[in-house]
Amino acid sequence: MTAVHAPVSGLLDVERVAADFPILSRTVRNGNRLVYLDSGATSQKPTAVLDAEREFYTRHNAAVHRGAHLLAEEATDAYESARERIAALVGAETRELVFTKNATEAINLVAYTFSNATAKALHGRALPDGAERFILKPGDEIVVTEMEHHANLVPWQEVCDKTGAVLRWIGVDDDGRLDLDHSEHGLEAVLTDRTRVVALTHQSNVLGTITPVARIAAAAHAVGALVVLDACQSVPHMPVDVSTLGVDYLAFSGHKMLGPSGIGVLWGRYDLLDSMPPFLTGGSMIEVVRMEGSTFAPPPQRFEAGVPMAAQAIGLGAAVDYLAAITSTDGSLSGLDAVAAHEHALTAYALESLADVPGVRVFGPLATESRGSVVSFVVDGIHAHDVGQVLDDRGVEVRVGHHCAWPLHRRFGVAATTRASFYIYNGTRDIDDLVAAVRHAQSFFGVTGGAAS
Amino acid sequence: MNLESLYQEIILDHYKHPRGRGLRDPYAVEVHHVNPTCGDELTVRVVIDGDTVTDVSYDGQGCSISQASASMLFELLVGHSIVDDLATTDEFVKLMQGRGQVEPDEDVLGDAVAFAGVAKYPARVKCALLAWMAWKDAVSQAAASQTPEVAP
Repeated sequence: MTAVHAPVSGLLDVERVAADFPILSRTVRNGNRLVYLDSGATSQKPTAVLDAEREFYTRHNAAVHRGAHLLAEEATDAYESARERIAALVGAETRELVFTKNATEAINLVAYTFSNATAKALHGRALPDGAERFILKPGDEIVVTEMEHHANLVPWQEVCDKTGAVLRWIGVDDDGRLDLDHSEHGLEAVLTDRTRVVALTHQSNVLGTITPVARIAAAAHAVGALVVLDACQSVPHMPVDVSTLGVDYLAFSGHKMLGPSGIGVLWGRYDLLDSMPPFLTGGSMIEVVRMEGSTFAPPPQRFEAGVPMAAQAIGLGAAVDYLAAITSTDGSLSGLDAVAAHEHALTAYALESLADVPGVRVFGPLATESRGSVVSFVVDGIHAHDVGQVLDDRGVEVRVGHHCAWPLHRRFGVAATTRASFYIYNGTRDIDDLVAAVRHAQSFFGVTGGAAS
Repeated sequence: MNLESLYQEIILDHYKHPRGRGLRDPYAVEVHHVNPTCGDELTVRVVIDGDTVTDVSYDGQGCSISQASASMLFELLVGHSIVDDLATTDEFVKLMQGRGQVEPDEDVLGDAVAFAGVAKYPARVKCALLAWMAWKDAVSQAAASQTPEVAP
């Protein structure tokens, strides 16, 4: 099947990019070309990242921030250099960047700050100066949105259960945008003078919707609330600058942005980090330890208990270098600007191509304005699992299910969707293969709309 | 491995024309099971009379594999003894967990031998087992509730 659409401009030289990713040269299921369309779940890794991890273990491996020997110095330098480069990517100060296991842990770190501060205050125990703002009282309110990934929903439900706070949420309209009006679940109605936290996603991992963060953050700050942003689907795909974004915390994961698994990032305003009690405790996060009690190191070390995941942080540093070095085909854009332009063009092509298939319904914005590169859809008459199975049989690897956003699927009245998500190594050929495979699924299951292929 | 070995005709037939589907009254025990990775769900009711399973009714939503499996379960289990049905369940579970290495016993499993192909796709095994785990949960609750406190 050949593409019927006009040539697409703004794309990267996909063949050249894909050559940097060894896994993309393998075949799957009976010798099919691998069409990897699941980068929203996890991205593939370029050789530069694999080499950086291997180089660390073969040349510099030692426990970071411990010991005075040469290897410990080299390991610590490499780890802290990665922190600097990752911080620079998102416009952060180096000391504001905390390494975590993943973004889920980063969000839990902030959530536990509230329940830990509340518990300590209840018993009259010591808290850092300024920690009052993390103490919750019954009836205080935490606001999330209906489009959150479970990782930015369940931790806040838990905080509410532990403190007596009340969870409220901003709703989602039929186009997949947040309700910003005065309706029951509209921003204006949901935010009150009891709101203490607003936790939201920068980009929906299901709908692709990019949320109006600046507007929501301004409204949250106007009522005295702190803003926590889940940036897992934005930082890998577009320029993000915490110095202008207006939020107080931002979390993202390394493995979705070409980096290794096992490394996530929490950015927080330094004055906030400095006034927070610790989350995980133990070695290397302390200042003085006595049998009677302990005091804690300044951020970011306060939040990095135990021997850290050095190789993963260094791998993520290499991923950030790789992303920064990407250049558009005509040389006019570089770094994440070039990544965003590529994905924007690809998403437009995908939305247009899927619109041509009868019986396929896309959820989320149908235009590319304020929209990222995940495209979730249902194929009428075929369960998403079965769609995914037929696609997989042809080498097209997508995500099926609720994508850890069950309430959002309930909102749209579907149990599961099929999600294709794109990155720098995907091109229009991948989308043509996706569409052909969807048509084949329709034909295989004998539902209307499909043409044999 | 190919799609046809997974989606055998008999499985697609049960999916498109489910046997015994729909929740019926009265019943002894009702359970609701979900597959948390995909959101598929199934409600199962059982009716037993002494040692005999007199009805298994069900309703839910999910993929072809999970729904066809429920339909076949209904055909295989209703009208037989609890002991026989639990043995059938064990045989089905053994087949599904065998990663394609277990030779199914057609005398016990009947049409459900068609699920042998599913066992080669580890991600789909949970789909096939959803109804069977729900039924097993329900029948053990039902059997427990009718067991006399003291044996005669």
